[in-house]
Amino acid sequence: MRRDPMHPRAREVTMASKFTRSNRIGWLMAGPAAFLIAVFVVLPFIFAVGLSFTNQRLISPNPTQFVGLANYEQLLGLGLLTLEPERDAAGQLARDDAGAPKYPALRGYTRNNPDYPQFAGMREWFSFQQGDSRTYVLARDVVFMKAIVNTFVFVLVVAPVQAGLALVLALLINQRLRGINLFRAIYFMPVVVSIVVVSLLWRFIYDGNSGLLNNLLGALSFGAFPKVDWLGNPSTALGAIIAMSIWQAVGFHMVIWLSGLQTISPTLYEAAAIEGSSRWQVFRYVTWPGLRNTAVLILIVITMQAFALFSQIDVMTGGGPLDSTQTVVFQAVERGYGKQDISGGSTISVILFVIVLSISLLQRWLTREKN
Amino acid sequence: MARVSLAGIKKTYGSTEVIKGVDIDIADGEFVVFVGPSGCGKSTLLRMIAGLEDISGGTLTIGDRVVNDLPPKDRSIAMVFQSYAIFPHMTVRENLAFGLTIAKAPKAEKEAKVAEAARILQMEHLLDRRPSQLSGGQRQRVAIGRAIVRHPGVFLFDEPLSNLDAALRVDMRMELAKLHADLGATMIYVTHDQVEAMTLADKIVVLNAGVVQQVGSPLELYHKPANLFVAGFIGSPKMNFLKARVDAVDATGVKLSSPDIGSLVLPKPGVDARVGDELTLGVRPHHLAAGPGADLHGKVVLVERLGNETLTVIGTPSGQQIVAALPGDIDITPGADVGLVPQAAKASLFLPSGLAA
Repeated sequence: MRRDPMHPRAREVTMASKFTRSNRIGWLMAGPAAFLIAVFVVLPFIFAVGLSFTNQRLISPNPTQFVGLANYEQLLGLGLLTLEPERDAAGQLARDDAGAPKYPALRGYTRNNPDYPQFAGMREWFSFQQGDSRTYVLARDVVFMKAIVNTFVFVLVVAPVQAGLALVLALLINQRLRGINLFRAIYFMPVVVSIVVVSLLWRFIYDGNSGLLNNLLGALSFGAFPKVDWLGNPSTALGAIIAMSIWQAVGFHMVIWLSGLQTISPTLYEAAAIEGSSRWQVFRYVTWPGLRNTAVLILIVITMQAFALFSQIDVMTGGGPLDSTQTVVFQAVERGYGKQDISGGSTISVILFVIVLSISLLQRWLTREKN
Repeated sequence: MARVSLAGIKKTYGSTEVIKGVDIDIADGEFVVFVGPSGCGKSTLLRMIAGLEDISGGTLTIGDRVVNDLPPKDRSIAMVFQSYAIFPHMTVRENLAFGLTIAKAPKAEKEAKVAEAARILQMEHLLDRRPSQLSGGQRQRVAIGRAIVRHPGVFLFDEPLSNLDAALRVDMRMELAKLHADLGATMIYVTHDQVEAMTLADKIVVLNAGVVQQVGSPLELYHKPANLFVAGFIGSPKMNFLKARVDAVDATGVKLSSPDIGSLVLPKPGVDARVGDELTLGVRPHHLAAGPGADLHGKVVLVERLGNETLTVIGTPSGQQIVAALPGDIDITPGADVGLVPQAAKASLFLPSGLAA
């Protein structure tokens, strides 16, 4: 029986049940989590945005001042400078002992040069040759630039490789075989171990002298493989950390893939079998389309986790050697607490937030359901 | 088109035998229904014919090939599942053409076959929709369409109407019957619904606990059930079973008596029973009439008025409940005394072993 909606008593009852009562319980349930998120995530983030416009230091006798976008300019400031080679009196190119053309010292442009105020305090990030002239890319904060590049390299390698590897593992363990749970447990185990512990263990594995990896490669190649100081060499350090990070979290994403695989109805596989699909066709037409939403989730989660790369760096290399493993979050912590430059660290956090948010939105847009 | 023959088909899981040696011959173009309660092995049997389950023993022949070890696609079969099993991310057109896509058939062939299937099932207007935009009946139609596109020798249906609502089920049932008439293909249909079995089948196979109980035309099963199980399973409402003692036997019939029915003569020649035997008398609710000269008396417990008939539950003096299908406008209320006259000629008689006498 329906009540007359205009009857005051009826309205009271529906209002009470729909808005006040259920809503109050809803808020009560969500309350503790919402409170904690507000205090430990939202509030600090608002603080970070505010501090990034000041010169706040961790401990300082001086009062805090508003500095506008100076922190952002300090981190992101870039400049391009093209220099002609030096010529001698006859107009011939001056060459150094190795025969390469000589260029004027950069110092002359970046220090106390009133003609180039925009380059003041900048340092060379990298340079490239164009004909005889040489173009220098200058950065106000070279270390931060390296950190951004390293972070992007890390994300671009880890996201597809980790997701792909996790999918392969999930497909392998999604079979009804005796003892399959043992394999699930083994693959998942690194996820349960603290990343700090894993990083410490892998420092031994990567050790330059008697590390497990060097010994293993040496044994497999009968001593032909030279010993490599994996974490001490600028050309291998980031790769070593990437490999270890993929190994550590692959089990987590495997489990997410597995849950996605198990939501696909078995009758779809039977229907495909009756139509005579090959294994690849089954994957192409049944499994992969069924994993769409899982794939989007995994891609976004891995990307966000990869951007937050910190613990491995902190434990294994401390950003070195030669800044080859600097990352954005490591820089934020290093600056905020190591150098007690809270405003600088906050600025890095805000920049990272903007980067991750834009990429997540882009991924969502690219993977949207097209009708 | 193909005939199908099952000879001594068995299925075992470990030491448990779920299909215990099944022999069935299905002629070309026949509509055969496997019916039985849940867990009787009918679906397993169908999946063995499809090739989705291994055959543990016996020989399965489709057409004139033994197909025991052939993969499903080489068996010349198509299957329609209870849950439709249509691919959610594909349009109806892509779903229909799936088998051809897999086989990398040319585009023109695909289009022609899809158009033909859509025409047969009258769903040309649905071709560009996605499954999520279809009703349950339309989805099942897509699944049937996908089967038609394969041009199989044998269509296999695994409870295809169970997920549909009652009204739609009746419509689809008629469409399936029409489809069978149009295509003339061999069809094997699994259901637990004996109404579907009765209406669709040329031949019904009643299964229980992995054993074939009886094979025959719907009316054969209805009128001459081979045993108590078939008698109870086929026909709605269920057949009434009454204990009765043999008072006399001769070449023309049997004279029975019991506290409930008094005394009754069944004109059944050649019954293998002796005086004093305890037999089971089976009387269908529709073979009981209220009226004078009744042998069977009881109190009305429940009255269900369906309009065309009135299903009446009657409690007998011995405490048993009997269902009678009485005329729709009969004046009867719970608590009233009623007398019933069974049509002795249409009654069944079962030996203590459960087999029909």
